[in-house]
Amino acid sequence: MSNVPADLRYLKSHEWARLEADGTITIGISDHAQQALGDLVFVEAPEAGRRVRAGEACAVVESVKAASDIYSPVSGEVVAGNADLGGQPELVNSDPYGAGWIMRIRPEDKTQFAAMLDARAYQAALAAETH
Amino acid sequence: MGLRTPLYDTHVAAGARMVDFGGWDLPVNYGSQIEEHHAVRRDAGMFDVSHMCVVDLRGPRVREFLRRLLANDVAKLTQSGKALYSCMLREQGGVIDDLIVYFMDDEWFRMVVNAGTRDKDLEWIRIHAGGYQVSVEPRFDLAMIAVQGPHARQKAAQAIDPAIAARALELGAFFGLAADHWFVARTGYSGEDGWEIMLPAHEAPEFWQRFNAAGIAHCGLGARDTLRLEAGMNLYGNDMDESTSPLVSGLGWTLAWEPQDRDFIGRAALAAQQASGATHKLVGLIVEERAVLRPHQKIIVPAVGEGEVTSGTFSPTLERSIGLARVPAQTGDHCEVEIRGRLIGARVVRPPFVRNGKATIAL
Repeated sequence: MSNVPADLRYLKSHEWARLEADGTITIGISDHAQQALGDLVFVEAPEAGRRVRAGEACAVVESVKAASDIYSPVSGEVVAGNADLGGQPELVNSDPYGAGWIMRIRPEDKTQFAAMLDARAYQAALAAETH
Repeated sequence: MGLRTPLYDTHVAAGARMVDFGGWDLPVNYGSQIEEHHAVRRDAGMFDVSHMCVVDLRGPRVREFLRRLLANDVAKLTQSGKALYSCMLREQGGVIDDLIVYFMDDEWFRMVVNAGTRDKDLEWIRIHAGGYQVSVEPRFDLAMIAVQGPHARQKAAQAIDPAIAARALELGAFFGLAADHWFVARTGYSGEDGWEIMLPAHEAPEFWQRFNAAGIAHCGLGARDTLRLEAGMNLYGNDMDESTSPLVSGLGWTLAWEPQDRDFIGRAALAAQQASGATHKLVGLIVEERAVLRPHQKIIVPAVGEGEVTSGTFSPTLERSIGLARVPAQTGDHCEVEIRGRLIGARVVRPPFVRNGKATIAL
């Protein structure tokens, strides 16, 4: 069973998001997603300053097995991409909700974050996916 | 639910991530595919390859039959236990399957064929065996465990019957031996030393645990694929199939043209193709950029033509992407690959990429 922290929001496409105290949103991929992808070998995180729209593919994670686009759940400006992943893409596997975060975005519209799935709804989506 | 090997429950209990592989439920990894890969390159790992099909061929004319059936020539096999890698072809030269055949005695050869092609292989073999009164017996009663890596033989030897171990440790490369209901061969699909062990299905779980206790790491199909690709070995269905001949699949070396009067199935078609010159060739590729080669990516060779990646992955040993590709015969030492909408330069090399733990390509 994969780990789905209760304090995060999710997309069906397996991104997670956390609202930080400074109003920015940190985004990564879920434990389920990193397990499905297997060992990551490259992560292409967006550069700070880039403007993204909700639903836009703005990062790529590539494992031994497959490449996968990462979608932004919110519109806004990228504040930071996780530079550590350049040399240590495996952080996404070992700590998907911590050191393996992918990007941080300052959202234009807080309602987009609120509209994301909560942990229960994401778990239900995962259960439906495997049946 | 897919087909299950005798080790299915063992894999699930060990926390393996199970996937469908040609209709079989098999472990893709038990955690980290890259760690499993390194275990084989540096120490010892094992794979459940029970889905592959062992076929015993028996009869006084079995050698004569195989000299007709296979594109490589079993007349090369003179010592008992010696193995040969060969393609089995259609009359038009397409590859039905690639396989290993062992010469056991004058009336018994043992073949190991791929799981995904098993049914059509058996049908094809039986159609042609009739004329030679050769019996064709698939051994569904056997499991197969491949132990691979520089320390695999020594570790596995401690875990099996000492009498069999003593004989098996004497095996030369590409030799196998039959002992009671066991069969041990010094073969593999990883580019490392090791054994492929065929044993009664009901004994497989016990010996899998014993190998594990002897320090042999369990490894999934993910690592098996990165290892074989580093070793420059073809995968049936990716790198060749019935639409491609061995001549455009990097397998020309497996064709035995001598003696000229041996009329193996597919010979006439291949001879014609050879005479007119093969249009394509299978080559190795290395990419320096942070991008990964994947099957079916398009290749562009400026001023020459186009090709396609047939196998691609990230090489854990070389820490960059490698692949096999079918490209125009005139391709030189460079090409471009379309990866996720961009053209990326790739170096054209001659496989293997890695053998016995060491890079065989200058980086």
